[in-house]
Amino acid sequence: MGYPGNYRYTRQHEWIEINGTGVGSVGITDFAQKQLGDVVFVGLPKVGTTFKGGEELATVESTKAVFEVFAPLSCEVLDVNRSLESAPEKVNADPYGAAWFAKVRILDPAELESLMDASAYEAFCPESKI
Amino acid sequence: MRYLPKSPIERSQMLSAIAARSMEDLFSSIPERFRLRQLLDLPGPCAESEIIQYFKERARENSVGYARFLGAGVYDHLRSVVTDTIIQRGEFLTSYTPYQAEISQGTLQAIFEFQTLMCQLTGQEVANASMWDGSTATAEAVLMAERITQRRRALVARSLHPHYRDVLNTYARSSGLDVVEIPFDTDGAVSQQALQAELGEDLAALVVGSPNFFGVLEQLPVLAQAAHSVGALLIVAIAEGVSLGLVRPPLEADIVALEGQSFGLAPSYGGPFVGVIATREKYVRQMPGRLAGETTDSRGRRGFVLTLVAREQHIRREKATSNICTNQALCALAAAVHLTLLGKDGLGEMALQNLSKAQFALGELLKIPGVARPFGAPFFNEFTLVFPRPVETINRELLTKKIIGPLALEPAYPELPNHALVCVTETTTREEIERFADALDAALAPLEVRA
Amino acid sequence: MKDKITEASRHTSQNEGLIFEKSSPGKRGFDLPRLDVPVVDPAQVLGDNYRREGVVGFPEVSEIEVLRHFTRLSRWNYAIDLGMYPLGSCTMKYNPRVNETIARLEGIATEHPLQPQEVSQGCLKILHLLEQCLAAITGMDALTLQPAAGAQGELTGLLLIRSYLASQGNPRKTVLIPDSAHGTNPATAVIAGYRIQNIPSDSRGQIDVAKLTEVVTEDVAALMITNPSTLGIFEERISEVADILHRKGALLYMDGANMNALAGVARPGDFGVDVMHLNLHKTFSTPHGGGGPGAGPVAMKRILEPFRPIPVLIEKHNGSLALEENRPLSIGRVKAFAGNFGVLVRALAYILAYGPGIRQATEDAVLNANYIRKHLEDVFDLPYNLPSMHEVVFSDHRQKANGISTLDIAKRLIDYGFHPYTTAFPLIVHGAMMIEPTESESKEECDLFIEAMRAIAEEAALDPELVKQAPHTTRVGRLDEVTAARKPILRWVGKG
Repeated sequence: MGYPGNYRYTRQHEWIEINGTGVGSVGITDFAQKQLGDVVFVGLPKVGTTFKGGEELATVESTKAVFEVFAPLSCEVLDVNRSLESAPEKVNADPYGAAWFAKVRILDPAELESLMDASAYEAFCPESKI
Repeated sequence: MRYLPKSPIERSQMLSAIAARSMEDLFSSIPERFRLRQLLDLPGPCAESEIIQYFKERARENSVGYARFLGAGVYDHLRSVVTDTIIQRGEFLTSYTPYQAEISQGTLQAIFEFQTLMCQLTGQEVANASMWDGSTATAEAVLMAERITQRRRALVARSLHPHYRDVLNTYARSSGLDVVEIPFDTDGAVSQQALQAELGEDLAALVVGSPNFFGVLEQLPVLAQAAHSVGALLIVAIAEGVSLGLVRPPLEADIVALEGQSFGLAPSYGGPFVGVIATREKYVRQMPGRLAGETTDSRGRRGFVLTLVAREQHIRREKATSNICTNQALCALAAAVHLTLLGKDGLGEMALQNLSKAQFALGELLKIPGVARPFGAPFFNEFTLVFPRPVETINRELLTKKIIGPLALEPAYPELPNHALVCVTETTTREEIERFADALDAALAPLEVRA
Repeated sequence: MKDKITEASRHTSQNEGLIFEKSSPGKRGFDLPRLDVPVVDPAQVLGDNYRREGVVGFPEVSEIEVLRHFTRLSRWNYAIDLGMYPLGSCTMKYNPRVNETIARLEGIATEHPLQPQEVSQGCLKILHLLEQCLAAITGMDALTLQPAAGAQGELTGLLLIRSYLASQGNPRKTVLIPDSAHGTNPATAVIAGYRIQNIPSDSRGQIDVAKLTEVVTEDVAALMITNPSTLGIFEERISEVADILHRKGALLYMDGANMNALAGVARPGDFGVDVMHLNLHKTFSTPHGGGGPGAGPVAMKRILEPFRPIPVLIEKHNGSLALEENRPLSIGRVKAFAGNFGVLVRALAYILAYGPGIRQATEDAVLNANYIRKHLEDVFDLPYNLPSMHEVVFSDHRQKANGISTLDIAKRLIDYGFHPYTTAFPLIVHGAMMIEPTESESKEECDLFIEAMRAIAEEAALDPELVKQAPHTTRVGRLDEVTAARKPILRWVGKG
């Protein structure tokens, strides 16, 4: 599937969209959805909540496991993707596009430095295990 | 030993196969100082007939032959022999939790039917495959309300079964939940005034029993409105399930915690029984306990599986909705068989017999001078009376006449001295009721004469 | 002509519908005796509370339909009565039938928990004897028989610990749990109000004693241990572990799920355990019944005795027994009434059958596990090469090379007439295969099991698709759990 160049990635397999506006989407990577298997449920945060980087933002469930989605960095939730509640399978089908979890406002742009770019994440993946 | 399918020869063959010299070798990984040198001092070994003999002797030391007017959370009801015929089948009795769905379809479909019956009874949208009993189901329902509302305070009616309140307190104390008791009024139901005073935006739930411990039916629509007005959930605990045959189901409740003992389970000195949590579909992911769901196999055939498993302890571990693993599956099966035998009309008729016999008993007992009825609210098959003397002394006399009298309320309710909880079901005969009335009359008579 | 015959070709016992689908108004399966008092008008007595329409949707079927329905369902189940369940840590042993008989005796099944103690001495003697037997088996000082299941026993144990520590001045904040623990352990610790800290296992699958020494502080309330561990291996340094905890005023809780390796051979009370629960539906033969009921009595050292749940069984001056509720230090009730009495009597019947010879059951259980291990360790990967007790844990590592997982092997085992072993647990073994035969399996059954597992190992190498698509011989194939979770259907809903 490849790794979108304008995204940044975490070691816990989340991505955040960077477009210069300070607001971007957040989701989980293709590697993560493959490890999980068929997604049956997505638990989304409340709009307006703020998270520190590394705090649990959302949950993703398969029939056999639960995966915590952590905030890639400090942010405020502006919008959530309700369509994932009725169609959780989108997470498997289109993890970088239609299966965005939340739109967030980045609170401290300096935190972006600690995230991986597409090539760094691609190198990181094979050793990693969810 | 008859439960061990090995002969001495086979044991020694197996020991050689694993290159062990003796059974003792098998335990070499246990430090020597912990290995017992002698056999334990335990009673037995007993032949099958000796085991039966032991328990028959114990049975003779109990209450066979006594008439009984006790309810208080455990009820005597008729049970068909067909129920035991089914649950005694080895395929149900000795089977495991249905994690391997392909070879557990019997258990899974039966659970699915049980869940359906519980929804139909309670008027709720979903029900689980069982909790341990009504008391723990109530406690877990409160924890569930806590998760749903994200609030840490609950109100519980003092008119709810004392054991249920005790269990709730045990669970609440350790999870840091604040539980406040609401007193009952002169009619035996929750005090509306006291309730209003305690309502607040920090409330997760209001918990009531209906019928409550005094046998009284609570005013659920009013209580629901009070709870909902502050965004709290109404939890209704039902200890006497047969009441649902005639009493309208708690539709306003957000969560129902039901005790199913009345559905074909023997009193058995307190257990095993079967609890159920039933609720609205939107809360299903916060609900504890197993759930059987309908699905299909690769060839499109209908089948059933345990589902929404991510809520449970073996997946979610410390974030699970509950720690429950083993539940009351066989008891739930017994209840399902019992209820399908009774059916719609049968349950209605059973409930009507309860109602009629209780009304008759009340009438007979109120004829006795000195006996009064303190609570005026409607009841199902249990009602409270007040006597002119302590209940314990009356019961001692009744016992000499082979009658187990009503429950004294004072120990759990010091504010109700000389009050007794009488239970009458379809199993109580008219003769027993009349004999009870006569014996009670005689027990109270000396006081009358002195006066 | 041919198409008219199709209806008869579906055999009902293979296609039994839901009981609701057989319902038709006016059918009844059970009649009540004649009412011997005047019937009342429910509308008048109950007023607004009257359920005018009855229970809508409740089935209306005859006695024979109910009997056939559930009999047919039962035939879709596997059961111990049919064959082995090699499920690790579940101890699926024979459920003796005499236990069912005594539980149903009049005077045993019929007793009300709140009836006067004068007419309950039989019940109380049973409880008393069971307490004594379980104390002897565990090497502990006191019992509570109230908890309804193992998980509730765990909660009770942790609440006892909490109350005891509080009485010493500080309930503390943390409970240590090994990464190999059963899921009920962490779930329970949270309900008991404790924070959890994971303790890693060392390279031998045992508690990492060095790590333990580091993390046990005065903030730790207890360590929850299973012994033998969930790998079926005895924790050799258990008394060191106990000492480390005790030196810092912490306690050792033991999950008694694996007591089937110890009963009559060693006593947890001797090797430093302060409190533990037992699973009567495991070690003590009470039937699983498709998922329960069980019972989880808790055995404890003297220091915890004052905190026991109420009611507590006591002996009065005149020698009679009573249930006492006046216990100011008690943690309260964990369940209504005194316990799952019907389960407790079955456990006592089991103990009476064996007497002191209960040791032999334990020996046979360990013998069977080691016999099976010996005959499979050349074909399946054994991650921890230490002596096994009553269960052995393999992994699917070798078969994974062909894309076969522990789940696939388990499903194929069904085609050979066995229930699967425990898959994917404990978590510290990737692709775990946990096998516990129990003492109830004969040499013949063990040999058949070994043959089946060896055949599957071969199939995994030579015909992997056969294993991956298993089971092939069951009434339904692998079921769609994904749709069941995405769009749950949790009840039958009638048409219209």
